[in-house]
Amino acid sequence: MDLFEYQARDLLAAHGVPVLPGGVAETPEQAEAIAREIAAPVVVKAQVKVGGRGKAGGVKLADDPESAKARAQDILGLDIKGHITHRVMVAQASDIAEEYYFSYLLDRSNRTFLAMASKEGGMEIEQLAVERPEALARIPVDASVGVDEQKAAEIVDAAGFPAEVRDQVIAIAVQLWDVFTKEDATLVEVNPLAKAPDGTVLALDAKVTLDENASFRHGDHDALEDSASADPLEAAAKEKDLNYVKLQGEVGIIGNGAGLVMSTLDVVAYAGEEFGGVRPANFLDIGGGASAEVMANGLGIILSDPAVKSVFVNVFGGITACDAVANGIVHALGILGDEATKPLVVRLDGNNVEEGRRILAEAAHPLVTVVDTMDGAARRAAELAAS
Amino acid sequence: MSIFLTENSKVIVQGMTGSEGRKHTQRMLASGTAVVGGVNPSKAGQDVDFDGTAVPVFGSVADAMKETGADVSVVFVPPKFAKDAVLEAVDAQIGMAVVITEGIPVHDSTYFWAHAQGGSTRIIGPNCPGLISPGRSNAGIIPANITQAGKIGLVSKSGTLTYQMMYELRDIGFSTAVGIGGDPVIGTTHIDCLQAFQEDPETEAIVMIGEIGGDAEERAADFIKANVTKPVVGYVAGFTAPEGKTMGHAGAIVSGSAGTAAAKQEALEAAGVKVGKTPSEAARLMREIVGA
Repeated sequence: MDLFEYQARDLLAAHGVPVLPGGVAETPEQAEAIAREIAAPVVVKAQVKVGGRGKAGGVKLADDPESAKARAQDILGLDIKGHITHRVMVAQASDIAEEYYFSYLLDRSNRTFLAMASKEGGMEIEQLAVERPEALARIPVDASVGVDEQKAAEIVDAAGFPAEVRDQVIAIAVQLWDVFTKEDATLVEVNPLAKAPDGTVLALDAKVTLDENASFRHGDHDALEDSASADPLEAAAKEKDLNYVKLQGEVGIIGNGAGLVMSTLDVVAYAGEEFGGVRPANFLDIGGGASAEVMANGLGIILSDPAVKSVFVNVFGGITACDAVANGIVHALGILGDEATKPLVVRLDGNNVEEGRRILAEAAHPLVTVVDTMDGAARRAAELAAS
Repeated sequence: MSIFLTENSKVIVQGMTGSEGRKHTQRMLASGTAVVGGVNPSKAGQDVDFDGTAVPVFGSVADAMKETGADVSVVFVPPKFAKDAVLEAVDAQIGMAVVITEGIPVHDSTYFWAHAQGGSTRIIGPNCPGLISPGRSNAGIIPANITQAGKIGLVSKSGTLTYQMMYELRDIGFSTAVGIGGDPVIGTTHIDCLQAFQEDPETEAIVMIGEIGGDAEERAADFIKANVTKPVVGYVAGFTAPEGKTMGHAGAIVSGSAGTAAAKQEALEAAGVKVGKTPSEAARLMREIVGA
């Protein structure tokens, strides 16, 4: 889960990282009130989970509370690369003497953590990494050892931070490691880490990504979720514990196992090329068990999607035998009754497949077509969605 | 032969007394696996009955190994306790820990991976279906009745695509099929399996199944180019996955230009791997190679 800047800032502050005073506002009036409290020039920043907001007009300076209100008025509602701005952060404006960069992230390829630091911050780090790789220190961090002051000093010295900020940055590096591990983050990035004219080092902007697998030990992380921007179908699916992702197509997809469902999306898209470019409408993995109830919940979500014209149920009977899956489908259609209105193409393979196909043939539900192969079934589902 | 898991493997189950652990222990036993014990400190000394087979419960992995000579542990422990369970297995120096558990925080898996470096434990998973050497042993949840022993080696990030591919090629059979898991950090990689299959005299050809996210397939392609002389057929899932959306597996996400299926296919083809557009096409390519 990617956090908004204001949420990241709050997390950093909670772990002692120095940040400037500020708050988040959903209305111009709230922005004005925050600016009044800060009692100094402020910067009003769009809270969207996408880069390049400055260029899009999403970051503005304001000298007094009235102009903070006006700037918030301008920015709220702004569409930045398809992300609508629902909130702004109002923070004390700071003069910047120097800009640095610091991050911790998961390095998948090397199965370790990585600290990245540079005394040249502010710009996009991807750009710096390409243009001046020598300016970006990359130090692996052993997950079983972590970052103490000594390790932090190694990182800070590798990046060549100026002597006058060295101690401050070392302290911040240890605090950021605290954020990274104690909050179960996969990314903590401060850019810029800035030196103010008085020599104080501060985190001026931060990106944090949290690991949702770790939510069982972070009851407070639920509140950070951006339910307002979530797709309504995704939100409904989440409530039923379904692994669902909305896509922009016409063929509803249900399958068991993430890999098989991903593969099903591909096969449907290939087949769709022959039928006017119809595409998969969603990803939905109902998992290994595939009980009737889960099948009914999944079908319910997919059939409520107005974009869906046909549904492809693609199940490999591994642990669950195909006869149980077939019974699940029949049962699910029974539960849904008149709500089931779109044609279903079912492909079953694996354990007890003959019995499964026999059950579906016997039920002879008018909406259900059984096709023997995955490729053939995808073709049929695409054809039905196009007709 | 087979890789990692043979008829001589002695398997213990961490989390055997939970519902998933119990169900799959039963299945492993039914497929002929030597399941010699379970681990649960609060039930040590008891036996669990599986259709007439009494499997003893030990207080720790170390005790179970001492009493039974176990060299493989299958971990079904819930995410909250999985890190400690794997660390216990690693510290007991068991030969292989197969971590089935889905939903382990990546800080925990990165920690136990780091802790296992330099030790003697091979970690498979987490978030994987385990591995099977058909007719010999089955450590995990892969259905044992899909196919029999044969000459194809299979390595896959995805469970159900593993089953699908085993089913498509069931008449030819498999030396070993390894589900390495769909998490961002996993213990045993495509490369580890490719190397073992290359060295395994029984394996004649290899199927490698990948999916979007990370660069494991690209690295595997480099490895194949330099080290694998046996024919390899590939399949990659997720061509139509949009950027920034996680597709079921925690590791299956396209970020920016990295991790796309197209890049993986390209890398594999450049290494001489025949890549199928669909699972059934990959199976057809394999049939052409082994002449069946």
